[in-house]
Amino acid sequence: KASFSTRATAEQALNQVHKCTSGNAMEMATFNLKDGYVEAILRGYKGSLLNSGDYALMCQCENLDDLKMHLSTTTYGNLVSEVDVGGANTTTQLIECCTEKFVEEFEYLQCQAEGTLYHFLEMCRIPHMIDNVVLIVSGCLHNQHTPELLEKCHPLGMFDAIASLAVAANMQELYQLVLIDTPLGKYFEGSLSREDLTEMHLEIMRNMLYKCWIEDFNAFCSKVGGTTREVMGRFLSFEADRRAIAIASNSVGTELTHDDKKSLFCKFGSLYPYGQKDLAQAEDHDEILKVLSDYSPYNRLLALASADDDLMIDEILSGQELDLCKESFTQQFHYGVFWAYIKMKEQELRNLMWISECIVQNMHNRIHDGVKF
Amino acid sequence: MDYEYWGLVFRHISPYMWASLGCALAIGLSVAGAAWGIFLTGSSLVGAAVKAPRITSKNLISVIFCEAAAIYGVITAIILQTKVEDVPIGSDGEWSVKILKAGYAVFGSGLCVGLSNLVCGICVGIVGSSCALADAQNSTLFVKILVIEIFGSALGLFGVIVAIIISASAVFK
Repeated sequence: KASFSTRATAEQALNQVHKCTSGNAMEMATFNLKDGYVEAILRGYKGSLLNSGDYALMCQCENLDDLKMHLSTTTYGNLVSEVDVGGANTTTQLIECCTEKFVEEFEYLQCQAEGTLYHFLEMCRIPHMIDNVVLIVSGCLHNQHTPELLEKCHPLGMFDAIASLAVAANMQELYQLVLIDTPLGKYFEGSLSREDLTEMHLEIMRNMLYKCWIEDFNAFCSKVGGTTREVMGRFLSFEADRRAIAIASNSVGTELTHDDKKSLFCKFGSLYPYGQKDLAQAEDHDEILKVLSDYSPYNRLLALASADDDLMIDEILSGQELDLCKESFTQQFHYGVFWAYIKMKEQELRNLMWISECIVQNMHNRIHDGVKF
Repeated sequence: MDYEYWGLVFRHISPYMWASLGCALAIGLSVAGAAWGIFLTGSSLVGAAVKAPRITSKNLISVIFCEAAAIYGVITAIILQTKVEDVPIGSDGEWSVKILKAGYAVFGSGLCVGLSNLVCGICVGIVGSSCALADAQNSTLFVKILVIEIFGSALGLFGVIVAIIISASAVFK
């Protein structure tokens, strides 16, 4: 009996090695058949992202007019010239304008894509859909108007039935009437039964949906195989770790039990399974940092960060994500570059938001802290 | 395995079949390689040129290198075709050794140039696609990657040279 179990584990181990090392044989020679044009367009978009020179100029701006002028010399061009500087909420308007351009680019990519790449891009949209659904549901619970909520939704995460989310009176109806037909429907079937939805706190639901989505995306990329599996494997295990760390640190001081926390963690990533077990048992932020310093690559990142005082774990992780994104562009013929571009563009939009807020609130000394590229 | 029998079968296959196959493979496989390379490099070139229109004229060189693979195939096929002359079968019902040898030489020559240009075309296509994308980001990279393409297209040239040498010995009459 003992020999059978060791043989089974040896087979499993061989399978893992085989999965890591096998790639598509003719990947380089056949990728361009369907996805060559789209990948080349995407790399053109990536080349137009703001670089250090642009950020240096923008950080020196005295007011929003200067910022608009600098933005108009980049690829944003004349889009930002319509934003009225004198009015209220200018920074939000400015960033909404820039986000619209991003969404336009993404939709162009998606409509030129076919087959596997189209599904890949659909899966990239799902986190935004999850955020929009949670936004609308929580807005309805607080009795806000639907059109206002729809305006606050992220444009990448819009889907057909989204307006009818507001109609449902409670969670059960929400699932039965609306969510079951949306792209999010299959995530609700997984670990959330209908009874759970009624008692479940919205944040728990959001984290549960995220977990289902990451695992689904990982399975999809593994099926695609080749370089895509390799590159997206890195991205998604980083994403799984990041969510585990976020859940652990956000649930410090709440009544969430260890088992509940573990059920929200994904079943892969460099912190799986022992790091996740330790994270679930951590009671405060110091313990979380102690757990992370046992696992690579977080031990190295934390060691580098402790040279700079007061660097938050969030910023360390954002920096690591940007590094992974830039690395993925060094390989060709895979879909990881699409995911990387989305992340880099979102970081650019956050940078612009930070810069414009600093300018409006006259905090020029802090303007360089929040800009990452 | 009755080697005598198989020997008999091969001796009675007309050498003109081998010769015709050789001509067909020479042009067919070379054009397949060139076409493969052109779509590989062309799709990336078209996409990258949207944001960086300056790359279009320089990067046509990659397409030209792929085309060269097809040209090698055409040249070899024409040369091979001119070697084939009509000689009747011997009085004992067997082809003479000279004719058999000529048929095999034309076949080998065609296979040689066809296969090497097939892989040369794919190679130049992949490198050309990367070249277009790199040139769009940073124009100093173009000449450096072009050197890689030149080495790649030399593979097709080797195929042609060997094929011509083999076919020189193919004399039917």
